[in-house]
Amino acid sequence: MARKLPRKDVVIVGLGWTGSILAYELAKAGLDVVAIERGPWRDTATDFPPAYAQDELRYAIRLDLFLRPEQETLTFRNNASQSALPIRSFAGFLPGNGVGGAGVHWNGQTWRFLPTDFRLRSHLEERYGKNALPGDMTIQDWPVSYDELEPYYDRFEKLCGTSGKAGNLKGTVQPGGNPFEGWRSSDYPNPPLKQGLGAALFAEAAHKTGHTPFPQPASNMSEAYVNPLGLKLGQCTYCGFCERFGCGNYAKSSPQTCVLPALLRFPNFSAQTESEVTKINLDSTGKRATGVTYVDTSGEEWEQPADIVLVCAFSLFNVRLMLLSGIGQPYDGATGQGVVGRNYAYQTTSGVSLILKDKILNPFIATGAHGMMIDDYNGDNFDHSGLGFVGGGYMGAGQTGARPIQTRPVPAGTPKWGAQWKKATAETYQRAFSLSTHGSSYSYKDCYLDLDPTYKDRLGRPLMRMTFDFHDNELKMSAYLTARLAEIGRAMDPAEMTASPRKGPYNVNIYQTTHNTGGTVMGADPANSVVNRYCQSWDVHNVFVPGGASVFPQNHGYNPTDTVGALAYWTADAIKDRYLKNPGPLV
Amino acid sequence: MKPVMRSALAIAAVLAAVSGDAVAQDGQSFDRIERGRTLAVLGDCGACHTAPGGKPFAGGLALETPFGKIVAPNITPDRQTGIGNFTNAEFLSALREGRSRGGKLLYPAMPYPAYTKMSDDDVLAIRAYLATLTPVSNAVVSNQLPFPFNIRMAMLGWNWLNFTPGRYQPNSQKSAEWNRGAYIVQGPAHCGTCHTPKTVLGGDKAETPLAGGMLQGWYAPNITNDSRTGIGTWSKDEVVQYLKTGTNSWTLASGPMADAISHSTSQMVDADIAAIATYLKDSGLGGATAAAVAIAASDNAMRAGAAIFKDSCAACHKDSGLGEAHLFPRLAGSALVQADDPTTLARVVLHGTRAVATSAMPTAPAMPAFDWRLSDAQIAAVLTFVRNSWGNAAAPVAAGAVTKQRQSLAAAP
Amino acid sequence: MANIVVRSLSRRSFLASTAALIVAGSTPGFARTIVGRMPWEPGSATPPVQVRPGPWMFFTADEAALVEAAVDRLIPPDDRGPGGKDAGCAVYIDRQLAGPYGGAAGLYMRPPFMPGAATQGYQLPGSPAARYRAGLLALADHVRTAFAGKTFRELAPADQDKVLGGLETGAIVLKDVNGAEFFALLLQNTQEGFFADPVYGGNRDMAGWKLVGFPGSRYDYRDWVDQHDKAYPLPPVSIMGRSDWTVRE
Repeated sequence: MARKLPRKDVVIVGLGWTGSILAYELAKAGLDVVAIERGPWRDTATDFPPAYAQDELRYAIRLDLFLRPEQETLTFRNNASQSALPIRSFAGFLPGNGVGGAGVHWNGQTWRFLPTDFRLRSHLEERYGKNALPGDMTIQDWPVSYDELEPYYDRFEKLCGTSGKAGNLKGTVQPGGNPFEGWRSSDYPNPPLKQGLGAALFAEAAHKTGHTPFPQPASNMSEAYVNPLGLKLGQCTYCGFCERFGCGNYAKSSPQTCVLPALLRFPNFSAQTESEVTKINLDSTGKRATGVTYVDTSGEEWEQPADIVLVCAFSLFNVRLMLLSGIGQPYDGATGQGVVGRNYAYQTTSGVSLILKDKILNPFIATGAHGMMIDDYNGDNFDHSGLGFVGGGYMGAGQTGARPIQTRPVPAGTPKWGAQWKKATAETYQRAFSLSTHGSSYSYKDCYLDLDPTYKDRLGRPLMRMTFDFHDNELKMSAYLTARLAEIGRAMDPAEMTASPRKGPYNVNIYQTTHNTGGTVMGADPANSVVNRYCQSWDVHNVFVPGGASVFPQNHGYNPTDTVGALAYWTADAIKDRYLKNPGPLV
Repeated sequence: MKPVMRSALAIAAVLAAVSGDAVAQDGQSFDRIERGRTLAVLGDCGACHTAPGGKPFAGGLALETPFGKIVAPNITPDRQTGIGNFTNAEFLSALREGRSRGGKLLYPAMPYPAYTKMSDDDVLAIRAYLATLTPVSNAVVSNQLPFPFNIRMAMLGWNWLNFTPGRYQPNSQKSAEWNRGAYIVQGPAHCGTCHTPKTVLGGDKAETPLAGGMLQGWYAPNITNDSRTGIGTWSKDEVVQYLKTGTNSWTLASGPMADAISHSTSQMVDADIAAIATYLKDSGLGGATAAAVAIAASDNAMRAGAAIFKDSCAACHKDSGLGEAHLFPRLAGSALVQADDPTTLARVVLHGTRAVATSAMPTAPAMPAFDWRLSDAQIAAVLTFVRNSWGNAAAPVAAGAVTKQRQSLAAAP
Repeated sequence: MANIVVRSLSRRSFLASTAALIVAGSTPGFARTIVGRMPWEPGSATPPVQVRPGPWMFFTADEAALVEAAVDRLIPPDDRGPGGKDAGCAVYIDRQLAGPYGGAAGLYMRPPFMPGAATQGYQLPGSPAARYRAGLLALADHVRTAFAGKTFRELAPADQDKVLGGLETGAIVLKDVNGAEFFALLLQNTQEGFFADPVYGGNRDMAGWKLVGFPGSRYDYRDWVDQHDKAYPLPPVSIMGRSDWTVRE
């Protein structure tokens, strides 16, 4: 029997990017806020100080900062004809855990979606005709426009101190930036990072081949920065330990560096760590949430009553919590009916590896998000007529480091071990570089999340089941993008080059990205969405899913975090300015 | 709610405060109470007289001394367990002479050797403010020292040796602001309690006030205007910024000073902070010390220290030793780095520390611990290096000093 | 007696250390309530612990002999530097198998265990430690049978390579053990040991990092990021330092 705690105005499930932003905004507005986080407290000097933050084995291989599958995992299958089996050890994607969430171990790549991405179906049908899209593709327009979100993108980027170069300031294209990006109300708060030789060579080749290279927007500080919350970040030192690592010297944006010290100054905020929310509780009508139930590490169960419940866990676990709490109709993959778990999507990535002649690339000098990119083949930035697919992605030279347990390129055909392997490893490390594409993943009727019939978590609750595979549209898109990237790679005059477009089937054992999206999709119609344009549940008006990537109707050719952060601010404003004045459905 | 007895005085005061009535009975005017509140901030009363998580001023914070525990008493106006029954004379005597009711001698954990400088009016203003607090019934056994240290009469001898009662005497040659600063520093703010070196008996060394003192594992730095080991290189604005926000372009406060800043200096009114800075920059204390000669870079400890610094420290403090303002303390030109006593330096390298957070500067970055990574000889070498690079010059740090610090931290972290 | 004094009074440090976080009295277990400020306590970091040479902690003497011989073929010594054995790869694997990794700590190990498609990831119940125990036993048996009673260590290097190559391709079938999967695990762990920080027992003298030119746990390349096409000048450094950190007498 759960022990009941004193009521709060707001209970937040998960203290990562969205949880900390919502907590800050609502605590500042005077509400009594508690955040419940299932992982441990984490901070720079104690959990990833620069004395051991650079431990590849611990953080990148043994995955110290990530969720333990023992605590929660998913089952996976490529299609409904297979039996889903549990992901016993995370590999293909790596959900975060603990205070800061994925904001601790991310790379810092901070991209906005394109204006046309927000009205994807309408735009594609207008340009290519109603029949251009595959029948089982379930993409839909977002219920918010780029113009509406622009001020919130701006706020999140200023929170983060993102480094970059604007390509479109209030409609005027800027030299040196991304000419394809949506309009920006202001330039990035920090100038671009410095670039290594690999990125410089790519930019030269991209330019030569008629493309427009620009520095990747990076929430890694090119210069020391004070954000609007008064928090100071240091200059990035290009140590090459971002992806899967916490930043040891306050140079990468994270809830720890950008929000938490300011948030904790509010006496009306508290965080409860190592406590896992098991359920959102509903009243007898089923239309109003009364709070949440959580279990702490000793197994003790607690009830936290609250007037507003904010679901701010990692994308996949937002979906599972909604399913376990019975909020919204679960999606049925066989019939296409229901909404919770619908439109799960991912990201379609690929790579081109190069070995250059006689160059010293120092590939270990890097950040998670420096590098030079082109956006010529993203979204609908190029004419898809006759190509046989829709969608696209950005591409370029964005290698995040060369940590040697994972990054030891050798020429094609080299044995995997022995004398030849050793010689090739030694001779190639300094000359090898990888280029990559980061492509969209549109949603389909047969890609979804639901509860697994067989496997349970440690508390006896069903695991969530993922049913996902790449579709022809995405594989064709990847082939096209990878071929374009290889053309630029060839212009870098490599000694050797290998292009690897994405091939199916999707393999959950090979790391691609952790950009898992959809499942509690936002939309204008309750028939095809779980939350409305303010990320508010259609069914239970005091439950919000404020901006986790689970609300994306499909995934676009960019990293999700900037949009996640923008939607968090957007939702915070909707709650403060509209919901508190008149609690009830906002649409 | 526990029923509490309220003194008539306190009720009157609360009414006056709520109604904004400027003149109330018994000297409990709004202005006077406000001034008392300000003085309680200057004196940092709450820091000791509030237990962690406890009611403000209700006592119960245990002060660890080498001889045992002294627990700060309840100073709310509760009649049984607080100071509700004190007469004004008793209150004055307790604050300024270390004599509690009935002539019982207080231990100088209570900084009466500093408070003795305060005027009657200011002390009674504090009293007036304390009288407005909600009385809290919390019986505190103050003296938990074991025999023979529990004999309060021992303090009589100590006082005779170390305690000079007497009010602050204004210096007519100086401005009103300077005098205000001197009064705060010497009186209510009791800066010397930590920053003045002590005699073997623990009394202030009268000839070197504010020249730096030790308190259990921390070195409270020299805050005279000495240009090498004091605050001589800080501008007056930088002193103000440090006291108000906990950091300036040179450094960030941590350890005991972090607490003094959060509870006291950051809460002071701007005019008082400015007055303190004016006085400290012109206190006439800490003449130029003899310039030290930097140890040669070719020295063995310096060479090892340089390698350790490059590999372990430069990612934050930078190759130049300049650090990053408000984030990573500047080592080049730092007085604390060049202080004669390297206790604090060894401590922060061994254990790390968290900087203070204030509303103006909320970041509160933390220095990580290196005790698991560096041997005593290596810590001594890297400290010797930072004390003798970029124009710094100071005596080398001996490995034995680090060993001692490591042992004492293990005993009492 | 007069020195009942407060010269080493630590009231402020006491305050600083206790007020930093308030552990909720109402909540048991490791769960914490964090309010008021960023917590900080001395001793709360969790640095790695240097692996010390010494007796095997997981392997039997025979197992260790086999693994040392195998890692020295997977990464043979040559004029570029030491092989897997001298770099400590077997010690690394031993200590890993004796620790949480060996016991599959943190992994989802609930039944039912069912075979699946390759895209669904590893599905067998054995922990890494159990897989080594079974794999090494089966491999030793195979070698004994195929090479007239010899142990793997007694084979000529060329024969050792043949055995390892046969495991890799599946040409050698071990009893009750998937040889190719076991080989992949052994190779993965050997290379981890060769390139992980020396604190874990492998990569001795930073041999793996020196082989490729990786500077190790360095954390600041601001002065070198735009020095294009120039070799980085400083030697690698481990989490536990490098020889230049030692004060010469």
